Parts: sequence; structure tokens; C-alpha cells
Amino acid sequence: MEFLLFLVRRALWSLLVLFGLSVVIFTIARGMPGDPVRLALGPRASNEQVEQFRQTLGFDKPLIQQYGIYVSGLVGGDLGLSLLTKRPVSNDIRETFAATFELVLATITIAFLFGVPLGVAAARWKDKWPDNLVRLIAILSAVTPSFFLALVLQILAGYVLHILPTTGRLPPGMTFSADITGLVTLDSLLHGRLDVFGEGLRYLLLPSLALSAATMGQIARITRSSMIDVSSQDYIEASRAFGIPERVRVFKYMLRPSFVPPLTISGLEFASLIGNAFVVELVFAWPGMAAYGVRTIMQKDLNAVMGVVIVSGVFFVIVNFVIDVLVGIVDPRIRIRGRR
Amino acid sequence: MSDAPVIEVERLSNAYQNWYRFSRNPTAVIGAAIVIICVLAAILAPWITPHPEHVGAAVNFRTRHLPPSGDYWFGTDNVGRDIFTRVIFGMRISLLLALVVLGTAVPMGTILGILAGYFGGWVEVLIMRVTDIALAIPPLVMALAVAAVLSPNLVNSLLAISALWWTWHTRLIYSITKQIRAQEFIEAAETLGASKFHILFREILPNCVSAIAVKTSLDCGFVILVGASLSFLGLGIQPPTPDLGTMVAQGAAFLPDYWWESVLPGSAILFVALGFNLLGDGLRDLFDVQEVR
Repeated sequence: MEFLLFLVRRALWSLLVLFGLSVVIFTIARGMPGDPVRLALGPRASNEQVEQFRQTLGFDKPLIQQYGIYVSGLVGGDLGLSLLTKRPVSNDIRETFAATFELVLATITIAFLFGVPLGVAAARWKDKWPDNLVRLIAILSAVTPSFFLALVLQILAGYVLHILPTTGRLPPGMTFSADITGLVTLDSLLHGRLDVFGEGLRYLLLPSLALSAATMGQIARITRSSMIDVSSQDYIEASRAFGIPERVRVFKYMLRPSFVPPLTISGLEFASLIGNAFVVELVFAWPGMAAYGVRTIMQKDLNAVMGVVIVSGVFFVIVNFVIDVLVGIVDPRIRIRGRR
Repeated sequence: MSDAPVIEVERLSNAYQNWYRFSRNPTAVIGAAIVIICVLAAILAPWITPHPEHVGAAVNFRTRHLPPSGDYWFGTDNVGRDIFTRVIFGMRISLLLALVVLGTAVPMGTILGILAGYFGGWVEVLIMRVTDIALAIPPLVMALAVAAVLSPNLVNSLLAISALWWTWHTRLIYSITKQIRAQEFIEAAETLGASKFHILFREILPNCVSAIAVKTSLDCGFVILVGASLSFLGLGIQPPTPDLGTMVAQGAAFLPDYWWESVLPGSAILFVALGFNLLGDGLRDLFDVQEVR
């Protein structure tokens, strides 16, 4: 019951953030100097054409009314028409978002898979060489620009060792439409196409490795410090006094409460992860939102760019909601107290 | 009257103590050394670089794509310019970016954080909710949006990053202020009738300074990384002005044969960011402010 209340409160809060986000983005899109319609149609369009297109887009109505139309469209998943192709922006973004989502999912998996054990090892052997090694890894991964790491991985794995493909999502000859979830690796399994699954994984590996480094370092660092905090708690001392085996103590009694800080951190870090995903996608020619976003910026396609921004923001808010729910599951105290 | 010299001595020994602890912290010393080297190199760039004439749109096809050598430490690029020279000049842009963004973000974030933490009530709700909303927009994506509406260049990118960066400082200072607020000396100041201004900026702010210093140092590295990413995407400063991110992007076109054209400028970004990060880490140990990440 309390948990349900916690969920409702958290969901309402997310809605409020989304509302604020829509205001901010609408203000940027409409409040900035310059005429988006004129920009989209080019200098040779006649005044009537501009006026007509303006009416098609609803830009001639009062701002408040425009905002109403914009938000009610957003609720229904409508991001407006592309100023350039006149196609619905949501169609283009749906296709590219799936690729970005797959990349981000793989990245977070890798980051936790390596970050948590590294943090546990560093805490277990505090001030010994594993701790120093993890500290070095964490600092280096935090300061390496993700596009630089992407390039280095590309050189090493693609050009020097020739073990992994360097660009794209699937081999050029391979045709496969990810029509269930949009994720190539998942859909290929659902279709029973193991060959596609294997290739999809191979193509996914380098970009997600490049993207995961920074998050992995953060997670290792936070896991380490929260493990050390927890290990000084009385109940851990007590469990030691009772002779509970170390393995059980570390993995059952210490790891679970230590999971909370890395989880909450990864939620906040998620914004920079999305940003970095843009750069990494470009390096590996990954067909995600980044390529679409950068292309539409160069073409001054305002609605498309705003679509990319709002989808990134909504993605962030949803991920943070999910993380809060996870934290509530891991740590019952938070459910009762409410806010973290 | 007779107290004055004693206080002086105490201060001196305090400063000396801090210096002693700082100099015994290898992380902080290495970090500070890297930062000082980078800042000096950036300032002195026209006098210490071997080929300052290669900063602009110079073209010298006889020396194009040369590997690193005694003459050209980092090799040459696709139009024959010395990459080492351009990297040192590129540091200027990176450091300038950090200076401008943090020069606006830190004061703004600090003031908002103190106000929210001290006054509570609707001030707190308003400021912290706006902060949460701003946190939901990735800075890099925001810069993309601003570049689309205005035009892709350094000033607009700076604007976009600054418009979001304060959020992290607000959150940090907010949580510290909340803790300080509950302490007796604030209550004492209030009872003595100190003005709000005095309490906010004379009582609370000095207690935030070490946290601000640590956070700012760490942030310098991260702002430089974001800035480099932006120019890598072509949204930063426009060529031929040397910029580290742009150099990596242009060099990437000649991978893997002319690897130095992208790898060495990339390493330079890593080097600067590493310096600020180590310094921030060292300062954190020194001041013992664990709440800063």
C-alpha cells in the first residue's frame, strides 16, 4: 500500500517535470529570434507560400493556443511535421530511437556488469592494489572523451586486430527488419534468426563499450564508497561476530544496501550518457537519433530538432522513474519515507 | 590589541598546514602540475610553439601527413600544419570555455542553492523544481537545439551549456546549506539580529567554499569534455581557429593511416581533463568534503 502511494507520488512528480520540460522546449522553439517557416522554405518562397505553410503549422495562432496544440499533440505522441520533408517527426524519431535505445540498454548493462564487481573488489581490498587499480580506471574513464575512446577502440579492434566491425548496425548484405520491439538483438531472437543475433551483437559491442566507460567508472567509484560505508555499520560487525561466512556477508548483507547510491547516481548520470550517445553514434555510424538530430540541425528543421530534444528529456524522466521504483524495491525504507 | 599577532601566526600555520597536507597528496600535486602546465602553455602559446604561423589557414602541401618527428612533435595534418602548435593553441579555447561556463554557472548555482536551502517554503519548491526540470535536459542535446534555432558556433554553444550547468551546483549547495542551517551558529546570528544578507553570504557561504572549489575543479574537466564533444559534432568554434575537438573530428577522416592527426589532439583533451579531475579529487581529500562527486 505504501509502495503504491510512493509510486503514485513519483509518477505525479514525473508528470510535473515533463510539463516544465515542454514549456522550456516550446519557449526555445518559438521564443528565439528568426522565422522558422521562412528558414525552412528558403529565401525564394513567396510571401503567400510562407503564410500558407505558417497556417498549416498553426504558427499564426496566439502563443498560448499554439502551446495548447503542441502539448495535446505531445500527449498523443505527435511531434509535429518536419519542416523539411513534411513527414510527421514522430515517424522518423521512432525508427531512430529504437537504435539509440538498444545502444543505451547495452551500455548500462555493461556498465553495471563491470562497475559493480570492480567497486566490490576495491572495497574488499581497500588501499591494496585492487583499490588503486579501480581508482585509476575510474579516473581515466571519467576524463576520456567518449568520442576519443570510440575512435581508439575503432582503430584497435577494427583496423589493427580486425576482430570487430567498425560502422553500422548489421553487415551491408544482411536484411532484417526489427519489427517487434525495434531492437535488432531482441527481435532476431524472437524471430529465431540466430545469425542476425550474432552479427547484431558484434556490431553493438564496440559502440556500447565506448559509451559505457564513463558510467562504469562512476558506478565502480560509488559502489566502492557505499560498500565501505555499509561495512562499518553495526549489523555487519554483528554478522562478523556471529561467524557468518564472508561471502554471504559481502554479497548478501553488504551489496544490497550498497546498490542504492550507484542506482540513483546512474539516474542522474543518464543525461550525460544520452549526450555522449550522440557522439558515439556518429563515430560508429550507428543509425540512431544522433545522426538524425545533427542532420536536422544542419537543415534548420526546427520541429525535428525539438522532437529529438523532447524525446531525450522524456527518456531521461522515464528512466529516472524506473530507477526510483528499483531503489524502492531494493531499499524498503525509501518507500516509507517517500522522497530520497 | 595584543591578540592580533597571535591570530596572524595561527593563520599562517593553518595555511602552512594546508600546504603541507596538499604537498603530501600525490593526486592533488600531479593534478595541479598538469593544470598549471596547460594554463601556462595556453597563455604563452605564441612564444613557445615551434610553428605559430600554422595557427590560421596556412597551407603547405610538401609537409602534409608527416608522422611525429623531431621537427613536428605531433606530426602534421592534411594541409601540412604542425599539430603540436595547433594543440597548444587549441588549449586556449578549451580553457576559455571552462572559464566562461563556470564563471556564470558557479555564482548562479551557488546563490540559488543558498536561497533554496535557507529560506525553504515556496522559494525552495520553486528553485528546486526548476532545477529538476533543467536536469532532465542533457547539456549536449540542449546545445544542439540552440544551435538549430540560432546558428552553430562557439558563443551559442557556450550559452546553451551555461544555461544548464548551474543545476549541479544548485543541488550541491542546497544540500550543504540545509545541513548548515540547522546548526547553532546560524540560530545565534538570527537571534543577534543579523541581516538575511549577512547570514546568507557571511555565515553560510564561507562554509560552502571548499565544496565549491572541489566541484568547480572537477567541473572544469567535464565542461572541457562537453565542449570538445560539441566541436567534434561541428557545433563549436569554426575552422581554421585551432580547437581540440575539431582537430580530432578532422583527423578521424584519415584513420587509420594518419592516426596521430586525431589520436594526439584527443590525448591532449584527456590530459587537460585528467589534470582538473586529479586536482579536484585531491582537494576533496584535503578539505574532506565527501558530498561532492
